[in-house]
Amino acid sequence: MADLTAQAPGSVAEIQAQYADLTRRKRIYGGVLLALFIALMMAGFRTADDRNAGSFADGYQRIFDYPAEVLSEAGEKVAELPAHVVHFFPALVETLNIAGAATLLGAILGTLLSLLSTRGMAPWPALIPVFRRVMDICRAIPEIVIALVLIFLLGGGPVPAMIAIAIHTAGALGKLFSEVNENASLKPVEGLNSTGASWAQRMWLGVIPQVGPNYVSYALLRFEINIRASAILGFVGAGGIGYELKNSMSWGQGKYDEAAAIFILLFVTIVVVDQISGALRDRLTHGNRKGA
Amino acid sequence: MTTMDLNTAPLKGQMDKLFFKKRLMNFGIPAVILAYLTYVFFAFDVPGLWERASMDNARTLVSDTYSYKTHVTRDNRTGDVTYAVEGERKGEYPEGMSPEWVTPGTTTVIDLTGGHVVRFGPETIEYDIPGYGLVTATPSRTQGVQAILPEGDVPQWINLSKNRLAITTDAGRLTVTRNRAEVFRYFYGWELFFFTLDSPYHGLNPFELAGRAVSGEAGAIWNDFWNNKMWRHGDVAWAIGETILMAFLGTFGAGLVALPLAFLGTRNFMPVRVVRFAARRFFDFVRGVDSLIWTVVLARAFGPGPLTGALAILITDTGTFGKIFSEALENVDEKQIEGVSSTGAKPIQRYRFGVIPQITPVLLSQLLYFLESNTRSATIIGAITGGGIGLLLTQAIITQKDWEEVSYYIVLIIVMVMFMDWFSGWLRKRLISGDEGGH
Repeated sequence: MADLTAQAPGSVAEIQAQYADLTRRKRIYGGVLLALFIALMMAGFRTADDRNAGSFADGYQRIFDYPAEVLSEAGEKVAELPAHVVHFFPALVETLNIAGAATLLGAILGTLLSLLSTRGMAPWPALIPVFRRVMDICRAIPEIVIALVLIFLLGGGPVPAMIAIAIHTAGALGKLFSEVNENASLKPVEGLNSTGASWAQRMWLGVIPQVGPNYVSYALLRFEINIRASAILGFVGAGGIGYELKNSMSWGQGKYDEAAAIFILLFVTIVVVDQISGALRDRLTHGNRKGA
Repeated sequence: MTTMDLNTAPLKGQMDKLFFKKRLMNFGIPAVILAYLTYVFFAFDVPGLWERASMDNARTLVSDTYSYKTHVTRDNRTGDVTYAVEGERKGEYPEGMSPEWVTPGTTTVIDLTGGHVVRFGPETIEYDIPGYGLVTATPSRTQGVQAILPEGDVPQWINLSKNRLAITTDAGRLTVTRNRAEVFRYFYGWELFFFTLDSPYHGLNPFELAGRAVSGEAGAIWNDFWNNKMWRHGDVAWAIGETILMAFLGTFGAGLVALPLAFLGTRNFMPVRVVRFAARRFFDFVRGVDSLIWTVVLARAFGPGPLTGALAILITDTGTFGKIFSEALENVDEKQIEGVSSTGAKPIQRYRFGVIPQITPVLLSQLLYFLESNTRSATIIGAITGGGIGLLLTQAIITQKDWEEVSYYIVLIIVMVMFMDWFSGWLRKRLISGDEGGH
């Protein structure tokens, strides 16, 4: 807008011509972008279809075959479902524990990293870029990579999954936390500094009370995500409900009632945690939620 | 003063309460966290972890990521000696070729540097170990391995039994069994990363390569590099492409599906309550059925591959986007729509010029944000359904010996995700700030 007014055009006709030109150019850009996007989507879909074992055209009617099989078998053995739910409950608790512990450890680590990489709070300002890169790398590593390597070293179980998720969480939360830190007032820190408080005291008493609610809100959101991640990691051998799901699926037909019980457990857990953490986050941020 | 005195008692009580509460929070929360972590510590059996942890695996992993070994193997029945990098077929030296530290002949002399020399004679195998002496071993079909060691106790790094002799030194490793004798020599780096041994370009330095490329062999050089059997650069590039493709198709496909559905879930655009409720529950359901379950279900219908992964991402994210978009649509400013309709715009034009410009920034930034995070999801889903770089990674880990490939893939994955992060950020900045001027 600014450049339009600055040019001071001569006549109405000139303005009109310029405006028409501008809209035309905008439309052409928009059209080209749209065409490019559509072409990319189509080409991408066809490539993916070609490289898939079964094609979309053959498979799309069969999407509901498997759920239907599972449901019908679960329907036949509906009396056994409660027993299965009870049986798999400890696995669910393990999945939740993995997510919970990983979120806690990740949040603690993320807090440290974010404090170390925020200007004004960092004890070693020269190292800010280093800690930022560390966070970037932690954030970029998919959990499964660390989990698979650690499973090789430590054997299957919840600990590799916990470490893997915690590392990723530290990076993801660290970034969000440092955005929160940027908006925190530095005056309490200066005040504490004048009383001779140590770095840890300045952070704990000056910064954390300001940013605490936002931190907790982000950590809760992360907890939701981590439950899903922990279920997936179970599928590759890290214990918990994902592992049970893989087992019950590999038994094949006849054990689908177990799979159904696990599906139900997982679904209900995710929905319940979503609802609870959504309500908590609403309360923490007083209704003005970030993002949308 | 008197009024002050009157008021202090309840005020003090209040303050005491407040401080007590604060103290409780300050000590209580860390205590709860600590208690939970302690519980998890024992629930996950962390103390027993050290017993289960395999230090051997750790050693292989670490040493394999920065070094490789070349095997020199003698078949004791035929007397043939073969050379292979990592002992793999695809790393074998072609017939008549040998590493420069080996002198073939009736007696094959293998120089392990630092005075360590192994000789594969016609009958006996000799290993000259500096500071210890000469070890000879004669393998025979009937009597096993007959080894002669220098006088004194057998040191720890020599493992001797009737049918097997194994010597591990800093310079390398010798194993003699009845059927074969094998020497490992370790080198730093990743073996044959650019060209395999059967390529004429193996071992050339960059300048020679550039010279050859200029003189018209660029295509052949590229071909040898791209189809490197050991590292499969072509396949790896395809796999990364597949992973990004899954993320791209999944994210934008979900966006396309979710946008019209999102209108159905809003208070201001959807007056029918039942439809609104149904749309919202649909989003919740799709989101609640985790991407893991969708992946499993879709893999049954479509088999392994990138399409399955893309669809799994698409379906899960349809729920997420539906929710986010309908929230954005509910926050749309009515004034702008009114303004557009006051010019006599038809409903379609009202949406196009009154609504869409308001939500595009939110929409685009969410889509691009998810593009990056879905690149990571696509890696994970690929590992489960079998597609993209995730599959290559799991395959390499399952072999339990190609750790240099595993670390190569990990580096590639990190670079890929960081690139997508940067790219989506760049695009977001371009599209959103560039659009602010005039819708």
